[in-house]
Amino acid sequence: MGTGQSRRVLLIEDEPNIAEAIVFILSRDGWEVTHIADGAAAPEAARRLDPALVILDHMLPGMSGLEILIALRADPLTAAVPVLMLTAKGLPRDREAAERAGASRFMTKPFSNAGILAEVRALTGGGTDAAAGQR
Amino acid sequence: MSFNLLVASCLAYVIFLFAVAFLVERRSGAGRPGWLRSPLIYTLSLSIYCTAWTFYGAVGYAARSGLEFLTIYLGPTLVFIGWWWILRKLVHIGRQQRVTSIADLISSRFGKSNSLGVIVTLMAIVAVTPYIALQLQSVVLAFDVFARAAPAAEARPAGGQIAIWVAAGLALFTILFGTRNLDAKEQHTGIVTAIAVEAVVKLVALIAVGVFVIWGLSGGVSGIIARIDASSLHDWQLQPGRWTALIFLAGVAVICLPRMFQVIVVENSDDGQLARASWAFPAYLMAMSLFIVPIAVLGIERLPEGANPDMFVLTLPLAEGQGGLAMLAFLGGFSSATSMVIVEAIALATMVSNHIVIPTWLRLRRSGAISEDVRSLVLNARRLSIGIVLALGYGYYRVSGGSGALAAIGLISFVGVAQFLPAMMGGIFWRGATRTGALLGLITGFAAWAYCLFLPSFGAGAFIPAHVMEQGPWGISWLRPEALFGTDMSDPLVHALFWSLLLNSAVFCIGSILSFPGPVERLQSAAFVNVFEGPVGPQRWAQGAAEPEALLVMTQRIMGEEDAQILFETAARAQGKSESMLPDPTPAFLASLEEKLAGSIGAATAHAMISKLVGRDTVTVEDLMVVARESAQLMEHSAQLEEQREELARTATALREANDKLTTLSVQKDAFLSQVSHELRTPMTSIRAFSEILAEGDLPPATVARSGGIIRDEAVRLTRLLDDLLDLSVLESGKVQLSVSLVSVRDMIERAILATEKIKPGRDIAFIRDTTAETIWMRTDADRLTQVFINLIANARKYCDSSHPAIRIAVRVRGGRVRIDVADNGKGIPKASQPVVFEKFWRLPGEARASGAGLGLAICREIVTNLGGTIDYLPGQGGAAFRVALPLRIGEGGGA
Repeated sequence: MGTGQSRRVLLIEDEPNIAEAIVFILSRDGWEVTHIADGAAAPEAARRLDPALVILDHMLPGMSGLEILIALRADPLTAAVPVLMLTAKGLPRDREAAERAGASRFMTKPFSNAGILAEVRALTGGGTDAAAGQR
Repeated sequence: MSFNLLVASCLAYVIFLFAVAFLVERRSGAGRPGWLRSPLIYTLSLSIYCTAWTFYGAVGYAARSGLEFLTIYLGPTLVFIGWWWILRKLVHIGRQQRVTSIADLISSRFGKSNSLGVIVTLMAIVAVTPYIALQLQSVVLAFDVFARAAPAAEARPAGGQIAIWVAAGLALFTILFGTRNLDAKEQHTGIVTAIAVEAVVKLVALIAVGVFVIWGLSGGVSGIIARIDASSLHDWQLQPGRWTALIFLAGVAVICLPRMFQVIVVENSDDGQLARASWAFPAYLMAMSLFIVPIAVLGIERLPEGANPDMFVLTLPLAEGQGGLAMLAFLGGFSSATSMVIVEAIALATMVSNHIVIPTWLRLRRSGAISEDVRSLVLNARRLSIGIVLALGYGYYRVSGGSGALAAIGLISFVGVAQFLPAMMGGIFWRGATRTGALLGLITGFAAWAYCLFLPSFGAGAFIPAHVMEQGPWGISWLRPEALFGTDMSDPLVHALFWSLLLNSAVFCIGSILSFPGPVERLQSAAFVNVFEGPVGPQRWAQGAAEPEALLVMTQRIMGEEDAQILFETAARAQGKSESMLPDPTPAFLASLEEKLAGSIGAATAHAMISKLVGRDTVTVEDLMVVARESAQLMEHSAQLEEQREELARTATALREANDKLTTLSVQKDAFLSQVSHELRTPMTSIRAFSEILAEGDLPPATVARSGGIIRDEAVRLTRLLDDLLDLSVLESGKVQLSVSLVSVRDMIERAILATEKIKPGRDIAFIRDTTAETIWMRTDADRLTQVFINLIANARKYCDSSHPAIRIAVRVRGGRVRIDVADNGKGIPKASQPVVFEKFWRLPGEARASGAGLGLAICREIVTNLGGTIDYLPGQGGAAFRVALPLRIGEGGGA
């Protein structure tokens, strides 16, 4: 269960350039972003970090985004953490599968920088000024 | 002349005939009938038409009625010359239908009706028995003539005793030769030959007497003519009505008499016999009649008043002291009588046994199975029937007391058998004739004959009371037996002939029109009326002229293809042939086939259908079609259903396959689009994110530079992806333009190595090559093949994880094909992934993956395929290893 005041975000993304962009955008907004590229390491990282939010890419080497999501939801420590899923696949059934597995939000790449920021704020309960301002 | 000598010569003559018949039977049994089947024998056998009645009676007839006796000869003459085609048709039908008697013919024609057979048989017996009695009477009279001439001291038997001995002797002779064996055709070669001999004897005897009369007694031809002119015969008047009736009657009798039917139709074996007989038989009749008048004239002139003119042939030579000639004449008359009785007995016995005895026996035995030898049963029935027929003849002789003129009895018989004519002629010329019509016609005609002629012939008061004869039954005058419907013709014979045949024919026609034939009847009517359609040959059944193919086709039509095939294969095997061949149409095979078919379509139809194919054209094609239509339609229908079912099954399978294929394609398409979408969106995401960052402005220069660099890299990546996709699309469509040239493998490899040097430039990778082996010139698309090498070497550079990476390139030529192996010394591709390395968007899992879209190896495979070669992953080489195999010259395959 993520703490309301935590500013930690765990980013699991294998594309280095996309990860760099997200890290840049969120860091500017005052988030403490931890990026890992290997899906297999994600569940352990989530337990360790206890982030306010997990940003999860759908297609990952080692372990797919869906598998990571299922693992997160199965673990009591991470079962309640909001998960924002990103996918580059545009098919509706991927979205459905993600929502069934317990994804909090689902975003299709490419996204706007403002869009992802708004989603992050919304999912973390508007714990920042920016988030409050948006509400 | 001694009476005993007469008896002895008779016995000797009979023994001679016996020997002839016996030898002929043996010769015939040995399969060498030869001249026995010649037209001459056939024609002579027809002479049984000339019975003792003709031999003795014709003279008596001439003495009483002048030339009227000639009508008895003119009738048959006209039939044989003028209506030869009727006989031919009868003979053909007889052969094709294996007709055994006139009763069989009529019964067979009208739907194999046994009731008709019984009626015809009974009618024939009633009509012919007096005729047989007549023969016995003639023999007795002849003996009597000699007995009177013999010295009174010599003991001589009574007439009745002679008759019984003759009857018994004839029965024995007939049984011995008429029932020796059972032939489907009922032919009796031995007896026919014996009869031919007798025909010669009677002709010779009559001519001898005639010659004696003319040249011995009358002093030549002119003398006899003068005597004829002077005789009472000169006053004789021609009665046109009676003449016409008698000529007609004799012509009918020659076909309808059971014995004549036997020799004309049953004993016939080919058309040639009939053709010869058509003129030879009339000639024989003419020879027989030539000396009748002179003998009659001389008899009247020289013999005492009151002498029986019927015996002039015998009494004239005896009176003139010509014992030898009298003996010859006696043997001639004896021959006439015996030959007639023998054949008549055989014909009637066949009818009695086939239509009465056997059916009755079968009916009585219905409860139990038939286990006895049916052949011996039939033969015994036949023997018994011969005995019955002769006993009846003898009985009639005793009852009638040997009275009446010979000719009168003969004519009464003629009218009786003439009743068969409407049914017979209608049967063979009119398809509309039915069983009911025939039955009613026969009964009507027969009743009319009995009432008007037969019963009154016994004399007024014998069967029909005198007052009925005078005033008609119950006083109804128009029913008087000799003046029906008030027609007083003054001649009972003509009257009876007219009315019986008229009523018979009328009832036959009306009955036929008003009734409907059954299926067997229809089939038989076609078989009889259309007997000449199609090629017909004698005894084709036994010779098996049927085409096996035609038989197979017909059988398939009736039994179905598979069953027919099995049946024919079995038959072929039984004949010692291979199964792939069709069996020979042997009689045995045809018989078994008929039996099999009978189970499906009935016996008569099966027989008809096989007959058709065997060449006995008993039915028209049209008739066969009618019969076969139902079964054919059924077969066709079920075949259609079967076909439709198979078609449905095929369609369903095809649909399922198509659906699977579409589903697969759809899944593949979805997966591909999803992959393409992913590969496009990924660089787009970076580009959009950094371009938005840049758009914000007021950024540190380092960030701007960094963002710009990433945007450029991703744009390049996007372009490359699009290029690859387009390339793959072109390659997959098979419409790729190849630019073929002569190029060295070594050049292409070196270009590829050079092109990949920028990948992981810091690493030191060893290339293991044999440049000599690489120096191979091949005709191919150099750029495309180099692209393949670049891909393979680039992959090796990127993914080889060895600490001392090395790429080994080996080139070999074998059988017109070049083999290029590219292998690294890394950990290779996991076994599970090996089958899919060439699939689109496949990438190495894990960290090791590069930025490629996973289209490289898919493109390689398409290029190599387009160049006519193959590319495979080589497992077990220590690292990732690929083998490209190509023809040395593009377009030339060559074995690998």
